[in-house]
Amino acid sequence: MDYRLAGLREDEYEEMKRVLGREPNENELRIMGVMWSEHCSYKSTKHLLRNFPTKGEKVVLGPGENAGVVDVGDGWGAAFKAESHNHPSAVAPYQGAATGVGGIIRDILALGARPAASMDGLFFGDPENKRTQNLSEGIVAGIGGYGNAVGVPTVGGKTAYDTCYTDNPLVNAFNLGLVRLDQLVSSQTAKPGLRVLILGSKTGRDGIAGAAFASAELSDDTKSSRPSIQIGDPFAEKLLIEACLELRDKNLIVSMQDMGAAGITSSSSEIAAKSGVGMILHFDKVPLREEGMTPWEIALSESQERMLLIIEPDDFDEVAVIAKKWGLDCTDIGETVPGDQYTILWDSEIVAQMPASLIGDKCPGIHWPSKRPEDLEKRWDFEIETLPLPEDFNETVLNLVTSPSLSDKKWVYEQYDQMVQVNTVQGPGAPVSVIRIKDSKRLVAMAMESDPWKCYLDPYRGGAETVARSIRALAVAGATPLGLTDCLNFPSPENPEQYWELEEVVHGMSDCCKELECPVVSGNVSLYNESSTQRILPTPVVGTVGVIDTPEHYLRSGAWQEGDHLFLVGAMNAPLNGSQYLLRTTGKNQGRPLPFTPETEKDFRDRALKVAHEELAHSGRPLAGGGLAVALAKEAIMTGIGAAMKMSFPTRLDVFLFGEGTPRAIYAVPSNKVVQFRLIWNGFPFVELGRIGGNYLTLENIFDLPVPVLTEKWEGR
Amino acid sequence: MSFLVKLLIYPKEGVLDTQGKAVASSLTSLGYTALKSVRVGRYIQLSINSDTAEDARKQVENMCDDLLVNSLIEDFSIIAVEA
Amino acid sequence: MKAQVIVFPGSNCDQDVVYALRHVVGATVETLWHGEKELPSGTDLVVLPGGFSYGDYLRTGAIASLSPIMDAVHKYAEEGGLVLGICNGFQILTETGLLPGALLPNKTLRFICKPCYLRVERNDLPFTLNYTKGQIVQFPIAHHEGLFYLPENELNELEKNNQVVFRYASVNGEVSEEHTPNGALNNIAGIINKKGNILGLMPHPERASEKLLGGEDGALMWQSINAWINKAGV
Repeated sequence: MDYRLAGLREDEYEEMKRVLGREPNENELRIMGVMWSEHCSYKSTKHLLRNFPTKGEKVVLGPGENAGVVDVGDGWGAAFKAESHNHPSAVAPYQGAATGVGGIIRDILALGARPAASMDGLFFGDPENKRTQNLSEGIVAGIGGYGNAVGVPTVGGKTAYDTCYTDNPLVNAFNLGLVRLDQLVSSQTAKPGLRVLILGSKTGRDGIAGAAFASAELSDDTKSSRPSIQIGDPFAEKLLIEACLELRDKNLIVSMQDMGAAGITSSSSEIAAKSGVGMILHFDKVPLREEGMTPWEIALSESQERMLLIIEPDDFDEVAVIAKKWGLDCTDIGETVPGDQYTILWDSEIVAQMPASLIGDKCPGIHWPSKRPEDLEKRWDFEIETLPLPEDFNETVLNLVTSPSLSDKKWVYEQYDQMVQVNTVQGPGAPVSVIRIKDSKRLVAMAMESDPWKCYLDPYRGGAETVARSIRALAVAGATPLGLTDCLNFPSPENPEQYWELEEVVHGMSDCCKELECPVVSGNVSLYNESSTQRILPTPVVGTVGVIDTPEHYLRSGAWQEGDHLFLVGAMNAPLNGSQYLLRTTGKNQGRPLPFTPETEKDFRDRALKVAHEELAHSGRPLAGGGLAVALAKEAIMTGIGAAMKMSFPTRLDVFLFGEGTPRAIYAVPSNKVVQFRLIWNGFPFVELGRIGGNYLTLENIFDLPVPVLTEKWEGR
Repeated sequence: MSFLVKLLIYPKEGVLDTQGKAVASSLTSLGYTALKSVRVGRYIQLSINSDTAEDARKQVENMCDDLLVNSLIEDFSIIAVEA
Repeated sequence: MKAQVIVFPGSNCDQDVVYALRHVVGATVETLWHGEKELPSGTDLVVLPGGFSYGDYLRTGAIASLSPIMDAVHKYAEEGGLVLGICNGFQILTETGLLPGALLPNKTLRFICKPCYLRVERNDLPFTLNYTKGQIVQFPIAHHEGLFYLPENELNELEKNNQVVFRYASVNGEVSEEHTPNGALNNIAGIINKKGNILGLMPHPERASEKLLGGEDGALMWQSINAWINKAGV
């Protein structure tokens, strides 16, 4: 068989031959074609991702495992990761999104953690476009359909719109699970002489070679892409979760791996490689749901809701009883052996045999050429003098809060069960989502952030801003950041200017993570998000996790109280460059974002944490998309109370109200805490805007908006 | 002998069929103005061991009573019994 | 109080109910696998929790209603034992015939999860002793099939017998279509059987049992049950 038919590059084929010392057979070529696809091997980005800081005092497990794990205190670990399911969702929105949710849940489960909270980063095209409407409705229905049935609450996320995503919607599924640190399951603990089991659904032809599909650009006729779509069964997954956790509680699991892209092959070879053992697998023993499947089809099937288990030989009977109780198939398909050979047998005949380490780890990296975009300076071109000031600020503020990316997302999250497992302290619709840990005082906080517009304008600064925003949000809420997971959604790396953007975004994110002591504990890359006519903006998405030590130290947003003093902390002249306001009013994304200022970010973080921990405010909200005006509007809408503000302006009004960048927040401070609050921010720019109360959100002489009207408009009524 | 029994289950007359209404509305807006109404139901196919077609039919009717049909809100029709 | 929470394959909210019962009233509560044939003796309360039993296959609650344990639940209910069905549990109770009616798909044809105001219609039941009549409480809903349905005659019978326990309402107590997210007939959120020992409701009291999580109105239900059981003396 021609290696190119399997999707291999010439250097990859040559490397295979070199290591094997012979010509690979067809099965081996097909397997490597998938295992060494971009989606599975990260060959274009491995070397870039090494830039990320991955270690930290609270990091228990870093990249390389099924998910990252951080120590949240009291013996608890939080396992979390995000994964993209972009291409499948473009072709079959409901199932693409559903299986994305299912897949990330299994990654968390593989560590022995109970999946406890989901978030989703969704990026859609022009909302007026029929295709966008079909895609977005299908995707949201799929996330809800799967997540609700499987019993994991969806507690937050981000939904944004830009025409660049019309044919390439992004679906980034994040999941966080809780596990007692002494019950953590690893994929690195297999030894020789153990049994290899498949637990869960039968194997069919779903998604065969789906991983390779994810690495190719979407053909213009998406109907022709259909056969590669996986179908999810959340009921089966719920049973799988309960069975695996019961097995964990009874200490029956030595090692566990979820079967995602490239199914049995990737999960088994990964355990083998990470544990330093070999494996012999009998594919004729794999329970099948379809007739006449060949070994390579079995190897690469992406049938959902299956886990690979490594157990002690003596434990099989007990494992089988638990599997039967939950109605799941459980089959012994092979064993671990000393050495490094990964062998697939069919009725005693060897159909493939390769070193486990070759399959998982040794794909030759690709260093695509990189070139600074020629139009980069042009992207920064923005003469503010050419931008007229708004005539009617009331209209302008209303117009901004109704922009698709900033407006109310209840239509999305009311389709999600946000509360099952009774841990949700703050669900969707706030800058930070929070769950409690039962029988502990600790709260786990999560922030999902992305700013593709700034990443396009200046990838380094945009990358740093993305990470910084999530850390600002956690700090304002009183959560100490512990680590983050990232989804890097980019167009083709084979275009040098696009590859440069990827490099720069990673550098920016990396520097921010290092300076703000927030390591990257897991992540995912999705490349080739483009069609023949449109590429996506560089879209890194982060899911940052922090811990709040006690509920009293959690500072909510949307909790203004009558009579509170309203403060703005941070710079007053963050520019309109790359802002939502500029996009909404001129349709253009331009101007250079502000540079990353590590000292200011650290200073802000520390002071914000103090405000929360000393309980000095009723409500706090970090500034992000839409700047000050949108932050004020959201607080007023959530609370149902207005505010009377008065300012002399240090800069243009539109800059003051709608500019974006640098760490900033608004706080509602009760009168008896104002002195202490001012002390905390002494030395950092801040200003008192006014007092909270009444039914109007008013900035004297500038805008005067009845809160009910603001609310109605924002909710799209 | 083996019989294939084909069963249709649908909302009873008079029971709210929101799905039917939604489908009807979509079709009308696609231009099918002649459409009067839509009921959305389920199709179930059962393969049964039986000596006679009559007996296979009876078995399925019992299954409908026991599990397949909620008689408060659904009606059913056995549309075929094939050898 | 000795409570049993039945777990079907696909139940999601069993542990939530266990937690609420333990923390609010210190109940002795166990989960009971649907495959069991007997309820432990001395059971004061049986709860059928929310979730997606059997993946909602065929009809929601249909397959679960035929589980082995349900015979024992029938007998226990006939003898006057307290049974509480929440969300999927309510759906299962209607499928078994222990409660009248059926739950149809929401009028929006979408899953809805949001906090919901309810008006308490009866406070003379074991489940509602600690509420006042007409009290407005907040329990969240999270379901796809919550539209309570009965044919007109039977619906009128139900109302005549005062079997409606909770109705959807606005925060100000206005009961109307606008404030019934799923379109339930007569705005019915929860009902009781004629004998007064089996309650089924779509909203989730176990999710409104702690201030930290958004509200404590649900805690009153566990306290009511506890008070009734202690008074009745088992």
